[in-house]
Amino acid sequence: MIRFIAAACCAVVLALPATAQQKIEEVTSAGGIKAWLVNEPSIPFIALQIAFRGGTSLDTDDRLGATNLMAGLLEEGTGDMDAAAYLRASESLAANFGFDAGRDSVRVSAQVLKSNADEALALLKQAIVSPAFNEAAIDRVRGQVISSIESALKDPSAIAEKTMARIAFGDHPYGRPSDGTVESVTALTQADLIAAHKAALSRDHLVIGVVGDVSAAELGPMLDALLGDLPATGAALPKAVKFAAPAGVTVVDFPTPQSVAIWAQDTDINLQHPDFMPTYVMNHILGGGGFGSRLTEEVREKRGLTYGVYSYLNWMEATEYMGGSVASGNGTIGQAIDVIRHEWARMASGGVTAEELEKAKKYLTGSYALRFDGNSKIARILVSSQMDHFPIDYAATRNDRVNAVTVEDIARVAKEVLHPDALQFVVVGQPEGVVSTE
Amino acid sequence: MIFRALSIVCSVVALPMMVQAETGKVSTFSLDNGLKGIVIEDHRAPIVTNMVWYNVGAADEPPGMSGVAHFLEHLMFKGTKTLKPGEFSKIVKDNGGVDNAFTSFDYTGYFQRVAVDRLPLMMQLEADRMRNLVLTENEVLTERNVVLEERNSRTESDPGSLFQEQRRAVMFMNHPYRTPVIGWRHEIEQLNLDDAIAFYKTYYAPNNATLVVAGDVTPEQVKTLAEEYFGALKPSENIPPRIRPQEPPHLSPIRMTFSDPRQSQPYIVRSYLAPKRVSGDQSEAAALTMLSYLLGGSGISSVLGQKLQLDQKLAVYTDAWYDSMSYDPETFGMYAMPRPGVTLEQLETAMDKVLADFLKEGIDTEHLARLKTQIAAEDIYELDDQSGVARTYGQAITAGLTVADVQSWSQTLQAVTPDDIMAAAAKVLNMKNSVTGLMLAPTEERSE
Repeated sequence: MIRFIAAACCAVVLALPATAQQKIEEVTSAGGIKAWLVNEPSIPFIALQIAFRGGTSLDTDDRLGATNLMAGLLEEGTGDMDAAAYLRASESLAANFGFDAGRDSVRVSAQVLKSNADEALALLKQAIVSPAFNEAAIDRVRGQVISSIESALKDPSAIAEKTMARIAFGDHPYGRPSDGTVESVTALTQADLIAAHKAALSRDHLVIGVVGDVSAAELGPMLDALLGDLPATGAALPKAVKFAAPAGVTVVDFPTPQSVAIWAQDTDINLQHPDFMPTYVMNHILGGGGFGSRLTEEVREKRGLTYGVYSYLNWMEATEYMGGSVASGNGTIGQAIDVIRHEWARMASGGVTAEELEKAKKYLTGSYALRFDGNSKIARILVSSQMDHFPIDYAATRNDRVNAVTVEDIARVAKEVLHPDALQFVVVGQPEGVVSTE
Repeated sequence: MIFRALSIVCSVVALPMMVQAETGKVSTFSLDNGLKGIVIEDHRAPIVTNMVWYNVGAADEPPGMSGVAHFLEHLMFKGTKTLKPGEFSKIVKDNGGVDNAFTSFDYTGYFQRVAVDRLPLMMQLEADRMRNLVLTENEVLTERNVVLEERNSRTESDPGSLFQEQRRAVMFMNHPYRTPVIGWRHEIEQLNLDDAIAFYKTYYAPNNATLVVAGDVTPEQVKTLAEEYFGALKPSENIPPRIRPQEPPHLSPIRMTFSDPRQSQPYIVRSYLAPKRVSGDQSEAAALTMLSYLLGGSGISSVLGQKLQLDQKLAVYTDAWYDSMSYDPETFGMYAMPRPGVTLEQLETAMDKVLADFLKEGIDTEHLARLKTQIAAEDIYELDDQSGVARTYGQAITAGLTVADVQSWSQTLQAVTPDDIMAAAAKVLNMKNSVTGLMLAPTEERSE
């Protein structure tokens, strides 16, 4: 009897994502705005995550950085409120607002108290729908953006990523600096920012996740009030692009004792591809999983060459690629790269063992529930699931999809997906014994 | 034995519906061997954060062995009498958990986040490595290279971190807070197995640890499990009293400059020695906390931001902070980055004028009221972050505070008056207690 109950209890726990997803409702407001909602009344606040598809990829070629600067100015004044007045107003309501621009989206995050949610969202609406873009704020925030661009010019990881993006994506928006350049940002005008706002923040770009003390019936009118005044359509999203770096090594000389290396190769595996899950699990075993993954075991645990080494499958709105990153002293980075190349090839030719797969499944299925432990975290998951074009019941089926992966699936996809000879490495530092191939 | 563990599993899982209203409730217990326990209830999901906090950190290291506390933290993931090296994290992963650890001046902490029915196993693992660590020469030497690469990543590659190390080394003339947590490179290079084991045997024991469990559990369940897994561990009888060398009076303001070709932006950092939160008497620390929020807590709506960024247009960023939760007194500080064309000297003069005016003119009471509204709301928002709440309690205990101190903190902040803040400001913003660091502008050439 005790055993029977114990087994039942364990099943309850492992099925948690199913429980979480049963609580996800799709809400469509009277005005036609859709959101995914989890009603969670135990703490009296509401977490909202709003994404506008497109992000900095919508910058036009002659206005690089416009979307990023525009996003930084949303909270910097509206109507007759200047930036300080706006900030004081949000402080008086104890509301937390955040604005951020990435390659594929402009993100707005908000935490508002249940007790004054309407007032707080009315204030947020002004930032989203009618930002002032006054000259004093433009001048000040432009200075902050330029200082961050200048810092990135001396940051080895940022240099590596920028270099790889340029090599891999060329003239496509993904090949350009997401925040713009010092020169392009210096040249931006108020009219450019108004145009960027119009291009990026439209109802057809909206993706919304809401978690907290709010019902579906309450949320609809809230969304119409918050976002209904945005234009119906914005700029077209960027076209699909292939990761097109030639195989080889590019060394960027930078005087620092530790080199940073990133690497990547093309793939056609994205979330909609039938081989997505075998590839995802394969990557977890190769280098996605930290301790216990092959790269961490070989590069860090056995040889002490690094503090951190990871591989990843990266899917974006308009491309996919597989890559990774490592940092190691200038004298040892070459050895680290050799080990990584070897592990890439070993996985491609041999796949994984049954034991490795079993361990990966236990971790991936068991830890999935840990992602759902906070209103703000869940709201972010609701948005990324929609950004990734998942069905609303994805969470319920996800662990089954992990469990369905076989050793044979991984052997097949590893051979098809991993191309050790196609890897492009970018190394920033003064690596010993590593030279550019170009 | 197995049956007992299973029945605990069941009761843990079955309970949530009944105790929904208790999310946020905190309770404590202690075991006969000295282990303290703190339980923070959060019944929103069947998940738990399990943490063990040791009252030992970098400031407790023997002279010449900087970095040994952090090095030992890494080595705690090697084997025990019954576990093979690396098996700890693999077992956590096999059970769908995530784990990690952290070291600071006053504490070393270890945690796992797992489904709540795996809590007994996590406690068993933590209890095991509290007393049964086994290390070999080879794994110690390999891990030392990992730590050196960590120092490369965190410190040697970051001019800001290098400058911070240099500033702390003069901010504290005598207290071990002057030594970086990760250790000086030349001393890390000499750490060995014997150093790590000696440190471990001295400090890792139930009577020097606090178990913090946050999640879908009740206090009774956690205490029962703690008894089962930690109850048999022997306390250590030679834990040294936590008496570190204290600071003598500082009689001379210190100024220092730093330059590094990899640094792109100049800035000023000013720090002052400052009192800490004292158990049972947190009012002065509360006043200093409010002072840091007023001066720099929120960019342009703070005093430094309003004056230096908006009005005088001299700064790109401003900030202020106060390290209140530490075993010994720490620092109060502020930061400003000049706009292009503004020199660090101009900015420093302007910053000093802002401080002088603030001390003369006093506090905008409307500003103070806004801060108190936000502090009240933070009591609600913070409940969303289970691990964050657990971390707050662990840090407080290792800083010599109590659960009651943590729970009354928000009220203590609400009770702070403008006079309290001005008195604390007048005492702490004393140049004789200060270090002013200038990160110099980059030289002319650009990296591209």
